Amino acid sequence: MDKKREREIRTLLLAGFGGQGIISMGQFLAYAGMLEEREVCFVPAYGPEMRGGTANCLITIDEQQIDSPIFEQPDVAVVMNLPSFNRFEYQVRSKGLLLVNSSLVNQPVQRQDIEAYSIPVNELASSLGNIKVANVVMIGALLELTGIIQAESIIDSMRSTFSDSKHNLLALNRKALEKGAEYVRYLSSKQRLAV
Amino acid sequence: MSNTELLLMKGNEAIGEAAIRGGCRYFFGYPITPQSEVLEYLARRLPEAGGAYVQAESEVSAINMVFGAAAAGARVMTASSSPGISLMQEGISYIASAQLPAVIVNIMRGSPGLGGIQPSQADYFQSTKGGGHGDYRLVVLAPSTVQEMIDHTVMAFEIAEKYCTPVVVFADGMMGQMMEPVILPDIEPVPSEKPWATTGMQGRGPNIIHTLHLPPDQLEWHNNRLFEKYHQIEAQEKRSLEYFTDDAEILVVAYGIVSRVARAAVEKAREAGVKAGLFRPVTLWPYPSEALVKAAGKARKVLVVEVSMGQMVEDVRLAINGRVPVEFYGRIGQVPTPEEILNKITQLIAEVA
Repeated sequence: MDKKREREIRTLLLAGFGGQGIISMGQFLAYAGMLEEREVCFVPAYGPEMRGGTANCLITIDEQQIDSPIFEQPDVAVVMNLPSFNRFEYQVRSKGLLLVNSSLVNQPVQRQDIEAYSIPVNELASSLGNIKVANVVMIGALLELTGIIQAESIIDSMRSTFSDSKHNLLALNRKALEKGAEYVRYLSSKQRLAV
Repeated sequence: MSNTELLLMKGNEAIGEAAIRGGCRYFFGYPITPQSEVLEYLARRLPEAGGAYVQAESEVSAINMVFGAAAAGARVMTASSSPGISLMQEGISYIASAQLPAVIVNIMRGSPGLGGIQPSQADYFQSTKGGGHGDYRLVVLAPSTVQEMIDHTVMAFEIAEKYCTPVVVFADGMMGQMMEPVILPDIEPVPSEKPWATTGMQGRGPNIIHTLHLPPDQLEWHNNRLFEKYHQIEAQEKRSLEYFTDDAEILVVAYGIVSRVARAAVEKAREAGVKAGLFRPVTLWPYPSEALVKAAGKARKVLVVEVSMGQMVEDVRLAINGRVPVEFYGRIGQVPTPEEILNKITQLIAEVA
């Protein structure tokens, strides 16, 4: 993992459509950041866009007090569907990171000045028997690439926020995180072979 | 729950919980985006806490229920968003005139008219200059973080009861929806003495709460009495915060959510060697004019940033009184980004250089 990049990441934008668990992803990350005693801020788009179009949220995780909860150019953008890809590919800051759900985005990334990863999270989640954890697979990939949060803290955040009846889903979510991480490692090894 | 446990809370829900911690047991309201979670939270939690939640048939009835509960001595709150707050104005004027403590939360949205549901600060005039009819004032508190939404809600009840006057907690849609770690106060609010409350005579004479003063001399006496109280509030309750104001050549003035964004912009400006500072009013009425004038001591330009077409800027100009040029930057339907404010600061410093 690139330690330098790890230090530079503090702002994330997550986007997709309603039902993909975009807001949950953001809340897990923010909650986990809080558990790690970092400063966190989570801002959901609650406007007309949320009603039928793209859902998105902004997350800041920092060691210091967070002044602005909003930002123009995120360090990381996670796009879970095509409209989000089209809208946010060019918002990521230069040398930033773009994670694309390639299950639903069949277009290539045009930007050359960012690091981009295509991850078929829907298929990866289906392989675990539950497509609903596609968002958690994506978090797994994000954590593997950035190290911004420990995977265990995400599980802890789920333990704290899930109702008791859903605690049996923790094991599945743990697998989903690992699945995303594993896929990113596979991509990196493929890249090394190509070089 | 221990008093050091961090919780990740949404602004609207945090206000709801803070009200309960602050001793509020009665809530009357009507849902409206982006404020509805205050109601939803209290609908669930107030009965658990031994209180009552009533969803009224409109904001007009909600504020009159607040009037009634406050008259009976209850710690009471309502919450709404801009158009709903407009509907409440008649009742707010009555509550102010009747000198009753009550807390009114405004999670502002775009306007005028039905406007939109995006964040706004365009109800500044309404809350600080009147809104309802007649000579009255509301104490207006402007938090900027979810933690402050909690702290200011608790403080709002204290100020309301100390002065027997309605207090507004003034925030916007983004803050209502935003989540941040918070620590809930572990407090035991002491119920204040309310010998004027309509609690049943029980051997004493009747307590009558009304706002009708037909004889002119009585009406003038009543208004004078209200303003003696407002002068006392002005003397005691002005609050503000400052960052890097000692040597600031460009002084940014912003409140609420914008003050945070402005602080990020000021820090970026400082990194670039620009002597920028931030003055943040915490009370919008009473307005901390004297502190602002002092903070602007070395300023060559003052920049007011709001999510409106320019409302607080008038109070800034009144306070600055022509000593320094006062510029304005506003957005509608969106909170300006740190980059936007930084651009404006850079532009202004170039003009004075």
